[in-house]
Parts: sequence; structure tokens; C-alpha cells
Amino acid sequence: MKKRLFKVAAAAAVAVLSAALLNGCGKSADKTGGAGEVYVYNWGEYIDESVIEQFEEETGIKVVYDMFETNEEMYPVIEAGGVKYDAVCPSDYMIQKMIENNMLAEINFDNVPNIKEIDKPFMEMTKSFDPENKYSAPYCWGTVGILYNTSMVAPEDVPTSWLDLWDEKFDDNILMQDSVRDAFMIALKPLGYSMNTTSREELAEARDLLIEQKPLVQAYVIDQVRDKMIGGEAALGVIYSGEMLYIQQEVADLGLDYTLEYVIPEEGTCLWLDSWVIPANAPNKENAEKWINFLLRPDIAKKNFDYITYATPNKGAFDMLEPEIQNNKAIFPDVSTFKDFEVFKYLGDDVDSIYNDFWKEVKSK
Amino acid sequence: MSKKIDFIKRFFQDFYLVIILIFLYAPIATMTVLSFNNSKSRTQWGGFTLKWYTQMFSSDTIMTALYNTLLIAFLSSLIAVIIGTAAAIAINGMKRVPRTIFMGITNIPMLNADIVTGISLMLAFIAFGISLGFKTILIAHITFNIPYVILSVMPKLKQTDKSTYEAALDLGATPVYAFFKVIFPDILPGVLSGFLMSFTMSLDDFIITHFTRGAGINTLSTLIYSEVRRGIKPSMYALSTIIFFTVLVLLLITNFAPKKKI
Amino acid sequence: MNKKLLSGPYTLWMIGFTIIPLALIVYYGLTDRSGAFTLANIIAITTAEHSKALWLSLGLSFVSTLICLILAYPLAMVLRAKGVGQGSFIVFIFILPMWMNFLLRTLAWQTLLEKNGVINGILTTLHLPTQNLINTPGAIVLGMVYNFLPFMVLPIYNVLVKIDDNVINAAKDLGANFTQVLLRILLPLSVPGIVSGITMVFVPALTTFVISNLLGGSKILLIGNVIEQEFTKGSNWNLGSGLSLVLMFFILISMALIAKYDKNGEGSTF
Repeated sequence: MKKRLFKVAAAAAVAVLSAALLNGCGKSADKTGGAGEVYVYNWGEYIDESVIEQFEEETGIKVVYDMFETNEEMYPVIEAGGVKYDAVCPSDYMIQKMIENNMLAEINFDNVPNIKEIDKPFMEMTKSFDPENKYSAPYCWGTVGILYNTSMVAPEDVPTSWLDLWDEKFDDNILMQDSVRDAFMIALKPLGYSMNTTSREELAEARDLLIEQKPLVQAYVIDQVRDKMIGGEAALGVIYSGEMLYIQQEVADLGLDYTLEYVIPEEGTCLWLDSWVIPANAPNKENAEKWINFLLRPDIAKKNFDYITYATPNKGAFDMLEPEIQNNKAIFPDVSTFKDFEVFKYLGDDVDSIYNDFWKEVKSK
Repeated sequence: MSKKIDFIKRFFQDFYLVIILIFLYAPIATMTVLSFNNSKSRTQWGGFTLKWYTQMFSSDTIMTALYNTLLIAFLSSLIAVIIGTAAAIAINGMKRVPRTIFMGITNIPMLNADIVTGISLMLAFIAFGISLGFKTILIAHITFNIPYVILSVMPKLKQTDKSTYEAALDLGATPVYAFFKVIFPDILPGVLSGFLMSFTMSLDDFIITHFTRGAGINTLSTLIYSEVRRGIKPSMYALSTIIFFTVLVLLLITNFAPKKKI
Repeated sequence: MNKKLLSGPYTLWMIGFTIIPLALIVYYGLTDRSGAFTLANIIAITTAEHSKALWLSLGLSFVSTLICLILAYPLAMVLRAKGVGQGSFIVFIFILPMWMNFLLRTLAWQTLLEKNGVINGILTTLHLPTQNLINTPGAIVLGMVYNFLPFMVLPIYNVLVKIDDNVINAAKDLGANFTQVLLRILLPLSVPGIVSGITMVFVPALTTFVISNLLGGSKILLIGNVIEQEFTKGSNWNLGSGLSLVLMFFILISMALIAKYDKNGEGSTF
């Protein structure tokens, strides 16, 4: 037995090694020039990969690209400093947390002239977490809402409220977000509380509501919502608005017998903004600024939008879009209705740990 | 009568083997079929296609991850073999108490849960200020590979005859020369099996790599994990099919080709 | 003696990458964020959500280990009875799936079990009601059994094939029936293999977070998930380390069991 195992392993080792060596020879050729590197840490599926190549070609800077799934997952990585990234793309409240914990470097906007392309309202919005617009450059924005499958949801059941995610009709047909702040927002809003509440009692109510919902939930997922909804796995799913255009295209391409529609519940939702920041320990700060400036260039922002379909705060890029897309309210909700929306805030480590403990209680029930 | 019982017994034995085989192979067979399915759906056959294979081979990320996986498996096994063989020789010559201590420590990474090993290494790398990346994965893999080398070299060492080695020394051979001429050929099978065991363990590891990896570096395991969490990717089915059949073919070659010659 | 020098690199390596890392876990586990000594991270296992996760992990891994044992023992016996040699093709076929990447094996089950997955697709074609298979404790047990079954089969098989046929024949000649042979001869002689198999299945099942993530839809929290999330999401390393120490307690028990019943390493998997 033993001998046999090893013989196979031996043959495997030889075969794979030769493959590895071949591959290795091919690889060493495409190393980019001597302009240094930039370590980028971004959300999954949040860039058009050809944009990275174009940046490498134009600047000669080699991009080392890595991805995270949630803000909560990104933070300890930066905090521990096990890997030193140059440019990171967290959301609003997480940026505030990083600023307050002195983890960010001020961006030298002389090196990022394209910041002028960002639409005014977003520079204002940034001030809620980066009061002096010193640390961050907006990348994408959007809302959180409910995606529903028209063949599984009767017209009279079309969700209008977050509480429709508690409807027993959809037992085992609901996909929730596996990210703590979003999940609590969904429960806090229908209770009439702010999604930035620091009150333990209000959060406890939200926790109980989430526990009540748990038997109906099929799964807690993050990026999988998109593919699962397209595949008809669930009737309702909580999703970021930016996925909509992609989903509609995909549904059309696949010729499915249902469509997927996006609604923002009447209680309001969160308005989020993901921005580029530079960690304080970044080894290649100037390259990071070049990277950010590149992404803010209207033609690049447009190219990126076409691929990731998340709303761009870039005025120049927005103007280049088809009017049909500019008027798509699911992607670009009306700025004038912003008053119903809230932006997540960092609530301090103590409140953070309440959130974490309560979320763990929900998940372990 | 006893023939009948024998027959029934045989039948049940075969039946049981087949049931277990179905359990083991149904998932693999399903993935193989789906890897040729033109439709992304798992319940409808959309026609035969090879596009997921093309997609897989043209994907830079998958190919780089494959390269990393193989390179790390090779380097970590090689280094583990060098350190481990040396250690085994030293441990073999030790007195009882230190030997027990050494063997106890050797057993730790083997018996400890992967998650604890992974986390402890991550904490150590960060404490030492080693930035996470290729080299930390490599160090982690060497760490959990060394015990396999020691455990496969030790039994061979016990079988070697010390007097031949001493005779070589008496005849004027340097210790190094005597070692490579006398002891090494004896323990070579153990060294090789340690290497291959390490190679296999390294290929299959996910949990320890998950905690010790850094920016922009993926092995196949960590890549699959993040892809699976992002959604359905038929190119993963293609990858799985390729891996399975590579192993199968290698198995058939190594098992049955030499037999015919004999 | 320059032979002692040969252990130098290994000693340094093990101190640097095994002893110190474990010491760090102990350090983190016994201190709070400010570095002051505390037992809170260990006592945290008694909170409702942590103890529930631990019990669930113990329960699911116990069930999986038991199923593995029930499936593997007869399998090893059949393989032995068929007189297949140690290197036979049949035996190899049974451990071949082990060569597949661990994550791909789990992904395969996800594909089969999902709501619109293969099994439900077949049920629909047969006009049978679809079943809710994924994201249940059952799915996790299935994933554990599938992934760890070879770890149970191999050690038991390795011990069983070493039992001399003459011993069994002698017993039969003396009038022992099948049950007696099994209970008086095979089982006692295969204890090292069984113990080794149990630990080889139980420890990874107890500490897994991958299987519960992929087949449990993040709805089912095992102790492995709690620990992983404390490190990757909660950023409370002290708590994560404390809970790891609790987990190590169970691993130590398994190690002690192996040391007791498998003194000569007969039941080793490889």
C-alpha cells in the first residue's frame, strides 16, 4: 500500500514539476519594469482586470492585487501589518474607524489631480466619515436593497418593506447578507431605529428580530447572492445595488423564464460609499497615489463601470454613459431622495463588540 | 448448502463495495459531467462544450495558483527532507530522554489541529515582523512536513547496521563520505517516501495556507475557496476533472505498467 | 560528537516555528487586549453561543466519526476477506478520492445538495418533492464523512490485514461462529487501528470551518468557525486564542488515547 502511494506520488511529482518549470519560464518574461510596485487590496470582483494591465503598461508599476470579502475581514489584516498594502478600498464607516485609529496616511492630492472629477455631493458625503476630505478618494457608491425573482414572488407579494424578509411564505427562500452591519441595518430600519444606533437595548431588539428570521433564511452569503439569485436558488436576496446591471444583462443572456427586480424598502436603506485610502504603513505611497489618480480618470472610471456596474461618483465618467443607464434608478438613485438614507458610521470599539457578540448569537441559534 | 451461503456472502460483500464506491465517486462523476455542460445550470444539459476548459487554461489566476502550489510543494518537501533527515540521524543517536522529548515535539504539528497550527504560525510571523507572502506559506509547509520526513526515515535508520559505518570510518573515510556511501543508500527509501508524503500533504493543505498567505498569492486551495464563496464557476469543475484524471492516469501507469514487464 | 550538530537546524526550526507559535497562542489566550493576565478568554467558552458551537461541533464530529467507523469497518473486513493484497487496485480505488483537493471534494457535495442542485434536479424529474438538503447539520455530517472516511478505512485495513488467517481458522475449528470471531478476535486485535482512525477523523471534524462554511450556508456556527472569525473578522485575537486553547484540550485527549492504545504505531494511516 505504502509503496504504491509513493510511486504514484513520485510520478505526480515529476509530472507536475516539469509543468511548473515550463510555466515558470513563461512567467519570468512578463515581469513589469523597474518603476516599483503597488500593493492593492480591494473587494472581490470590484475592478475590470484590464484596467490593472493598462495601469501597469502606462506607468511601469507592477500591481500586486489582492481581494477581501467584507470590511470586517479587511481591517485585522491592515491592523496586524502582516502584509503592507499601499491602496485599500474600504467603505465609509471602516474608513472612519481607520482614521480614528491612526491607520491611514493623508493623501497628497497634488498627486491626485483627478479628484476634481468626483461629483460635489460625494465629496460632501465623504465628510461624514472623513471630515476634511484628507484621507479618501471615492470609488463606487450605491444602496442596499432586496432583489426578488418574479417567477417566485407573486405580484401582490412584491417586497416593499424590510419586514417582507420575515414573510413565512418565503421559508428557505431568503438570502441574507453575511456581513454584520448590513444585517443589523435590515433589522434596525423596520424597528424605526437608526442603523447607527449605539443603544444596547435597540440592538438587542434587532438581534431578536434576526434570530426570529433565521429559520426562514436559506443561507448567509456575501458575493454568492448574485449567482444564487440568477440560478433561481432563492426568491428574495439582500444585495448591493451595483450588481443590478450585471444581473439584468446575465438574465437576458441566459434566456431565463424569469427576471430579477430590485427594490429599496420604504423604511429607507443605507447609502454606502467605497473609497480608496492609503494605510499609514504603506511602503509605496507615491505609487498608491498614481494608482488612485489613474482610477479616477474619467475614461478609466467609465471602463471600470462598464465591467463592475457599480455606480460611479465620477462626473466625467457618468457623462460618458448612455442616457438609458444614467436614468436607471436602481443604479443611480435620485440624489434628491438622499434624506431617507443613512450612511454607516464607526461607533467605537465597545459598540463594535456588541455588534459582534450579538451577531454571533444570531449565527449560533 | 454452504456453497449457497458462500454465494450470498459474496453477493453482500460485492454489494457493499459497490455502494461505498458509488458514494465515493458520485460527486466526482457529477463534476466531470458538469464540466462539459454548456449551460451554467446544474440540472439542465445545455449541450457539450469545452469552453470551461479553455477558460481554465487561459485564466492567469488559476495557472499562477497551480504554479505556486507545485513550487511550494516541491520546495517545502525538499527543505523538509534535508532538515528532517539530518534531525532523524541525530535523534537516532540520542539517549532515551532527549529522544523522547524530540519525538514528542515532532508529533505536535502532526497531531495538532490545522487551524491551531495555522493561527499560531500567523501570530508568530506577525510577532517576528515577517510579512505574509510566499515565504511564510513556504515556512509553514516546511514546518508541517518535517515530521513526516522524520517519521519515515527513523524506522530505516533503526535497521541500518552501525558497524558498517564504523568500519568505513576505520578504513579512513571521512564521516560525510561514509554517510553517503554506507548509510544513505540504506535510508534512501525512507527519505523518498518522506519527500513524497510531504509533497502530497503540501498539495492538499488549505487551512494552514489560509492563515499564512499574504497579498496576491494563492495556492489552488485558497483560490478555490475564494472562488466557491463568490459563486458558481464551471471552470472549477473543469479543474477538478483535470486533477482527478491526472491522478488516475498516473496511478494506472505506476501500478500496471511495471507489473506486465515482470 | 558532530552528530548532535545535525539536529541543530531542526531544533532551531521547531523552536522558531512550533514552540514559539504555540507559546504565542497561550500568551494571547491568557491575556486581554492590554496584555494583562486574564482567564476571561478561556471562560468565554461557557457563554451561550460559544458553548453551543462547541457542543454542536462535538456532536456533529461524534456522529461523523461513528458513521465513518460503521462504514469503514465492514469495508476493511470485506477488503481483507477478498484477500486483496496491500497494493491491490481495489484498495487504491477506495482511497483515490482522497487525492482530490479537499475543497473540490466539498464543492462537489455543494453541487449535489443545493436547492437547484443535482439531487433535487433528479427528484424533480421523477416528480418527487424536492428536499431541503444543503445548509443543514446533515449536510455538514455528510461532508465530514465523505472527506474523512479514507482516514478511517486505511488504519483499520492496515491492522486487519496483519492478522494471521491461522488465528481465525483456529477459532473456527474450535467452533467459534462469525460473531465470536468478530468480537473475540478481530475487534480486540484491531483496536490500535480503530483508535487511530477515530482520532484521524474526530480531530479534523471537530476543528473544521471549511465544511460548515460551504455546506452550512454560514447558518451553522461550529467552534472552528467561531475561532476563524475571531481572527479574520472580529479581530479579537485574544478570544480566538483562548478558544483555541480549549480546543487543544480535546486534541490532547485524543493524543493521550493514541499513546495508550496504539503504542507501536501499528494503526498509522500511511
